Amino acid sequence: MDYAAVVVLEIIYMIAFLALISAGLAIVFGMMRVINLAHGEFVMLGGYATIACSKAGINIYFAMLVVAPIVVGVIGLVVERLIVRFLYGRMIDTMLATWGLSLLLIGLVELVFGNTAVSVPAPIPGYQVGSYQMGGYNLFIIGITVVLVLAMWLVLRYTRIGLIARGAMQSAEVVSSLGYNPNTVYMLTFTTGAALSGLAGGVLAPLTGLLPSVGGIYIAKAFITVITGGAAVIAGTLTTSALFGTVNQIVSFASTPVIGELAMLVLAIILLRLMPQGVTGRFFRNST
Amino acid sequence: MALSRRHLLAGAGTAALAASLPMRHIVAQNAEIKLGSVLDNSGNLDIYGKPMVMATTLAVEDINAAGGLLGRQIKAIQYDTQSDIALYTKFAQQLAREDKVDVVHGGITSASREAIRQTFKRANVLYFYNVLYEGGVCDRNCVVTGTTPAQAVEPIVEHAMKKWGNKVYILAADYNYGQITAKWLQHYIEQRKGTVAATNFFPLDVADFGSTIAKIQEANPKWVVSALVGGAHMAFYRQWAASGMNKKIPLASTTFGVGNEHLALSPAEGDGILIAGNYSQEIPTPANKNFLAKWQKRFGDTKIVHEIAVSQYHGIHLWAECVRKAGTLDRAALLKTIESGISIEGPAGKVAIEPKTHHAALDIHLMEVKGQKLTIIETVKQRPPSDTAQYCDLLKNPDENKQFEVKI
Repeated sequence: MDYAAVVVLEIIYMIAFLALISAGLAIVFGMMRVINLAHGEFVMLGGYATIACSKAGINIYFAMLVVAPIVVGVIGLVVERLIVRFLYGRMIDTMLATWGLSLLLIGLVELVFGNTAVSVPAPIPGYQVGSYQMGGYNLFIIGITVVLVLAMWLVLRYTRIGLIARGAMQSAEVVSSLGYNPNTVYMLTFTTGAALSGLAGGVLAPLTGLLPSVGGIYIAKAFITVITGGAAVIAGTLTTSALFGTVNQIVSFASTPVIGELAMLVLAIILLRLMPQGVTGRFFRNST
Repeated sequence: MALSRRHLLAGAGTAALAASLPMRHIVAQNAEIKLGSVLDNSGNLDIYGKPMVMATTLAVEDINAAGGLLGRQIKAIQYDTQSDIALYTKFAQQLAREDKVDVVHGGITSASREAIRQTFKRANVLYFYNVLYEGGVCDRNCVVTGTTPAQAVEPIVEHAMKKWGNKVYILAADYNYGQITAKWLQHYIEQRKGTVAATNFFPLDVADFGSTIAKIQEANPKWVVSALVGGAHMAFYRQWAASGMNKKIPLASTTFGVGNEHLALSPAEGDGILIAGNYSQEIPTPANKNFLAKWQKRFGDTKIVHEIAVSQYHGIHLWAECVRKAGTLDRAALLKTIESGISIEGPAGKVAIEPKTHHAALDIHLMEVKGQKLTIIETVKQRPPSDTAQYCDLLKNPDENKQFEVKI
């Protein structure tokens, strides 16, 4: 019984983890069709921002929830102004440019922080489920993800900013006819996406050792989650996070984490074969 | 005999080589001695490779400052393999064929060693592998200065089973080092009437250990032993401590500390992990203090000095000692010197090559992580690589060229 509870908790954690690392990408790719191959590095930068602040004596929650998104958001803004904005609508070129950017960011972080793993301890102690010890910090991640997704949904669904953003997603002309400059909208959307990636990196920093190359761990998972999710940013990401998280963990428990990841990839291939437009291309078509 | 194209080419190659030999000899009289290295100075494995590259530089500068070898200076030709196996093969070819180095010290993972070992054997370039590994390599052209399981794994098993009990859970990296080390662990555990609850393998990029930690608790072992490797696997120690398990089930490791993991974890997370190895910065000998002072002067920060950097330093000095004794760079003469039983005193104590296996007898320290330091609990002097010696006798079979594995 306790063991079942542990498995369920790990599944929920994995779903939250996937949704968290995909949120920033979902906004940038889902809404703007920009393939940002430096997404993993944005997450990594959020982690480094958090660790640097925490080492400087700043409260860790403030560092991960406020400083990390702001730092990475600003970096995202600079990247959008200097690189991405010239490449809207040119998918392959954007991929190439952001890939180069990813290598550059890894190199810069190596120069500044060195290439040894750095990390901060998790600020929340473990807790007991029956006779099992669980990481208390995982609950915090689940909580943050719920709040984040809820906030994204409310903003996109019920605010004027959300309306404009969704308009920009449809086409630039919709935004223009609403009286806004699509360039500004794109810039702000990209910045928000980067800030969310930074937040994810900050929140996840205490769980793993951080290396400049750590982005590689996140990027593949984030991409398959977002792409399999399809057009609806929130509903899509949530559905696929739930599917992948559940399959990954159940298979991991039954065999090993390696087979778990494999099962997730196989599922993604099957889903994309059956639904080339992503899950929300077929289901939940009218959702956000 | 039919004359195939391959025979013809081989013949032509030999002739060309023979023609070039006298020339090379004359040039070599005054030229620098070339020492090659292939190490991961960047990428996922550079926590291991960077300090090894520095150790190479330091050792070569040491020898040059003392007047070089045979009256000649040494030039280090170091290639960065970027944690990419394909680059190992490429740069090994380059060192052997183009740079024509006199000796190579390099390779980190066992996969990388196996990718380059045969290249140097075919090219008759003496090869030193200076890293702890799973043991068993039996090749006259290859000298090993790192520890093998009989040296560093058995003491852990022995100590931990006495202290904690006989049911063990094994976690290991999923490539030849982890797999073979897991076999040795099982062998030593079962030899002492213990049981292995389960063995799990993880590829080098796995960073989520939630399900594994739950499964370990389900199996409820007396202790857990990790042969995990690299940056991503650091997450295990992190998540283990975050769940509070580090207070409940004790942890031992065959690799912890080698990549300076103890510095990345906080004291609360790392304290109590049991390890065994050839080196700790806490070794109180003058040789070690002297070495660390030299490192400090050359590179500033000694925090990153780890066991395999010291092994690399040993390897180069050992080779230099061979050259001094033999009075030549000729490979056959050097191999004879190695097989006469050569030894040096290094930062980690005496390193004595066993003629039969070309592996080193080393001082082994049983250590516990305490306050981000590797505190020595117990030291065994000159522990032999008996696992490899069980199968390998290069004096009797000089043409042997394989890696033996433990049979269970």
